[in-house]
Amino acid sequence: MSEARIAVWSIQWVAFSTIVIKEVRRFMRIWQQTLLPPAITMTLYFIIFGNLIGSRIGKMDGVDYMSFIVPGLIMMSVITNAYGNVSSSFFGNKFQRSIEELMVSPVYPSVILAGYVVGGVARGVAVGVIVTLLSLYFTDLQLHSLAVVIVVTVLSATLFAIGGFINAIFATKFDDITIVPTFIITPLTYLGGVFYSISLLPEFWQGVSKLNPVLHMVNSFRYGILGISDVDVIVAIGMLVGFVVILFGFSVWLLRRGTGMRT
Amino acid sequence: MTAALSIQGLEKVYGNGFKALKGIDLTVQQGDFFALLGPNGAGKSTTLGVVSSLVEKTAGCVSIMGHDLVTDAFAAKRCLGVVPQEFNFNQFEKVYDIIITQAGYYGLTAKQVAGHAEALLRALGLWEKRAEPSRLLSGGMKRRLMIARALIHKPKVLILDEPTAGVDIELRRSMWEFMQQLNEEGTTIILTTHYLEEAEQLCKNIAIINYGEIIIHTGVRELISQLTTETFVFDVEGDLGQLPELPQYQLLHAADDRLELTVEKGQSLNDVFVILNDAGLQVRSMRTKANRLEELFVGLIKKHQQQKITEPLI
Repeated sequence: MSEARIAVWSIQWVAFSTIVIKEVRRFMRIWQQTLLPPAITMTLYFIIFGNLIGSRIGKMDGVDYMSFIVPGLIMMSVITNAYGNVSSSFFGNKFQRSIEELMVSPVYPSVILAGYVVGGVARGVAVGVIVTLLSLYFTDLQLHSLAVVIVVTVLSATLFAIGGFINAIFATKFDDITIVPTFIITPLTYLGGVFYSISLLPEFWQGVSKLNPVLHMVNSFRYGILGISDVDVIVAIGMLVGFVVILFGFSVWLLRRGTGMRT
Repeated sequence: MTAALSIQGLEKVYGNGFKALKGIDLTVQQGDFFALLGPNGAGKSTTLGVVSSLVEKTAGCVSIMGHDLVTDAFAAKRCLGVVPQEFNFNQFEKVYDIIITQAGYYGLTAKQVAGHAEALLRALGLWEKRAEPSRLLSGGMKRRLMIARALIHKPKVLILDEPTAGVDIELRRSMWEFMQQLNEEGTTIILTTHYLEEAEQLCKNIAIINYGEIIIHTGVRELISQLTTETFVFDVEGDLGQLPELPQYQLLHAADDRLELTVEKGQSLNDVFVILNDAGLQVRSMRTKANRLEELFVGLIKKHQQQKITEPLI
C-alpha cells in the first residue's frame, strides 16, 4: 500500500474511532434511558416468567424453564438495544442536522456506517453483559461454547444495528423510528423462540418459524450457552454473515446517494 | 495559481422541478475574501450547499483547491470548512467535545488539536464555556462555536453562510476583525450576507446571483466605481416651504425637515451648502442615503428582474 493510501486510511481510522467514542459517550451519558430500562425489564421477566410461571412449567428441551429463557432474553436485549441505539442516534443527528458535520467532512460512507454500527453493537453488548450478570442471581448459567456466544452476539448486534441505521435513514419523524421495533422486531422476537421451543409447535408452524431470523439468533445463542438448539448453528451463522454483508452494502449505497439527507 | 473554488456549468433542479441554479460559472482565487450576494431564493445557499456536499448537483463541476468534488472528494473536502446558516451541532454535546469530534472527522486526534482548540475557543470567547452543553449558549456564542468548529482542521477555504445574521453590532464587528485576520493569514473566505456593508468592508471580490444566474462577478472596488450617482440626506432647520433653485442637482423634499440630494460622481457639494445657507437653511447633519454597494445591488437586481419580465416566454 502506498504512503498516500496509508495516510488516507489513518485519517479514516481516527474518524471511525471518533464516531465510536461519540456514540459510546452518548449512551453512557443517558444511561438512565439506555442501560437501566432493559435491566429492569429483564429482571421482571426473570422474576415473573422464570421464577413464578417457570416453576410450574417444569422443563423445556430437557432444561429447567428459567435456564431455557435466559439466553433468549439476553439475545432479545442485545438486538433491541443495538437497533435502538443506531436508529435513535442517527435519526437524532439528522433531526438536529449535526449529520451535516459528517457529510461535509472527508469521512468515507463505509466508515460512517461502521462507526455507528460499532456504537450500536457496543450498547447491545453492554446491555447483554448487564442482563447476563442479573440472570446469575436467578440461575446457574452454563457455557457450552464461548466462541459461538461471541460470534452470534456480535453478528446479531451488527445485523440489528445496521437495521436501525436503515430505519433512521428513511425516517422523517421520530414516530418512524418506533414503528419498526413495535410492529416488526417485537413480534419477531416473541415468536423467535425466546419463551418456547418450536418443537412444541405443529410441523407447519415449525417451518414458518424457521423463516424468522430472530429464531436462528436466539437458538444459536442458546446453543452457545446450553448446547441445545432448534436450528443448525452453522447455517444460522452463515445466514447472519450473509445478511450483514448485504445490508451493510445497501446502507453504504444509501449513504453515498445521500438518501434522506441530501436534497 | 490553482483557484480556491472553481464552479463550472453548475445546475440544480429540485425534485419539484424548480431550477435553482441555471449553469453558473464562478471562480474564487486563493487568498480572496469573496462575497456571494443575492436576494432570498436567488441560489446562494444552493450553490454553497453543493460546494459543501449537502446538496446534490444536477450538472456541472465543482473543484476545491484543484480537487474535483466528485472524483477526488477526499482531498477536496479536507480543504474546506463550512459555517452554515442554521445551527447544526448536537445540542446535547459539550462545546469542547463538539470541536474535538469535528477534528476527529479530519483525522486529527484530541491530543493533536488540543492547543489549536484552546486558541480558537479563546479567540472566539468560548473557552470559559467549553464544558457546557452547547444548547445553553446564547445565539451569538452558538454562531461562534460553528466558526471554531469549521476552523479546527485549519481549512484552506472557509465558507460562511450568513455568519453574522442576528448578531448584535458589537459582536458583528469583532467577528469581522476575526475573519479579516484569518484572511490575512491566508485562508480564502467565501461568504454570503444580506448586510451589504459587511461585504463592502470585508470583501475583495463579489458575485451577485439572481434567479439562479450570476449577473455580475467582479471586484468590490470596480463595482463601486460603476456607481454614477450618490444620494445624501440632509437634516435641515429653517423654512422648507420653498426649496431653493439647485439646477445642477436633483433635490427632493423628503420630510418636514429633511432633504434628499442626488449628485453625480465627482460633483462638488460646496455650492449646495452656499445656496442652502443663502436660503436661510441650516444643515444640522448629513449622511448617505444607502450604503454604496447596497445602491448598486438594488439597481442590478431591479435591472435583472426587468430583463426577466421582458424576456420572451419561449
